[in-house]
Amino acid sequence: MSASGRKADGSSSDSSKLRKQFGRTKIREMHEFRGEYTVVAKLAALAEVLAYCRNVLDYKMLLDVSSIDNMGDDPRFEVVYELATTDDRKHLRIKASVAEEEEIPTAVHLWKTANWHEREVYDMMGLKFKGHPNLKRILMWEGYPYHPLRKEFPLAGKPSEMPDVAFSDIAPLEGGPFVTSPGADRVRGEPRAKGES
Amino acid sequence: MVTENPAKVLSHAAYDSKVEGNIIFTRLDSAINWMRKNSLWPMPMGLACCAIELMATGAARFDISRFGAEVMRFSPRQADVMIVSGTVTYKMALAVRRIWEQMPEPKWCIAMGACASSGGMYRSYAVLQGIDQLLPVDVYISGCPPRPEALLEGLMKLQRIIDGETPIKDQIEGIREATL
Repeated sequence: MSASGRKADGSSSDSSKLRKQFGRTKIREMHEFRGEYTVVAKLAALAEVLAYCRNVLDYKMLLDVSSIDNMGDDPRFEVVYELATTDDRKHLRIKASVAEEEEIPTAVHLWKTANWHEREVYDMMGLKFKGHPNLKRILMWEGYPYHPLRKEFPLAGKPSEMPDVAFSDIAPLEGGPFVTSPGADRVRGEPRAKGES
Repeated sequence: MVTENPAKVLSHAAYDSKVEGNIIFTRLDSAINWMRKNSLWPMPMGLACCAIELMATGAARFDISRFGAEVMRFSPRQADVMIVSGTVTYKMALAVRRIWEQMPEPKWCIAMGACASSGGMYRSYAVLQGIDQLLPVDVYISGCPPRPEALLEGLMKLQRIIDGETPIKDQIEGIREATL
């Protein structure tokens, strides 16, 4: 209990420190949910916010870089950085909105682990990182024409062909995919096949 | 010599107590098949959790060497049977195909488990829906993952398949077709 309390306190004061340092123009939002602290930065200020977290607030570890596709919204994407200290004393989440065709400043010079995480975000979501030393696909093969985690991409995949490298085809989804129905009660909300093959 | 009983000469040719018991009369096809099927050297194409069951099959409790297939070769050039055990992603698929092509003839393929046979539960953009789309499969083993007993059953099935082959006859027919 006391350990988690300390963690929350540290991250809480850190988000106010960020607000104080960068002001409302660069830090758009701050919120807390069950002891998790999230700071939403402007994309233009993301590089300096991350550098401040790394160098001043002692977040020496980058746990993950991920991305969210809010299709229909503008800006469409979000990029999410999960930060932690090496002694696990505090955690902090930094988010920034990214419009289509907008480039994100790389964090490779701050945390080396950002290299592969950013490549994964690029591969799966198609977001580009400016200044990345080696921005190529990491899970799919070089030359694959799609970014599979985008909302418009079907789960079954699309056919593609790259001679002597790889190919892909549409997977049969008889009866599937199995999806939950949000908002329904427990029974009707269970994962069920909707027959969209 | 002239006075010797001709029957006695013939019996000498048919029966020699010195070598009797050390000679087996058989067809060459059968002899080759017998040698091939009892000394299968697997190429363990372990790609997912099925590979753990494959390892269990090789270990003491199930002991794949009872069927002469214990010599796992991690070089395809020394292997007879590729055991595709696991999920074949599209990215991996052409590497599997290339390793298959590096294996010398004669060669066989076992698709172990649901994923290798049909894509299994991965109805997804990233997974090849069955390795038989890329290479000829001799034996499919169901299960997710199959128990080691199932793999051994598949191996025995492959042995029966090999036993029914006619390698010499095929070779002679191949030569005849080439000369025609």
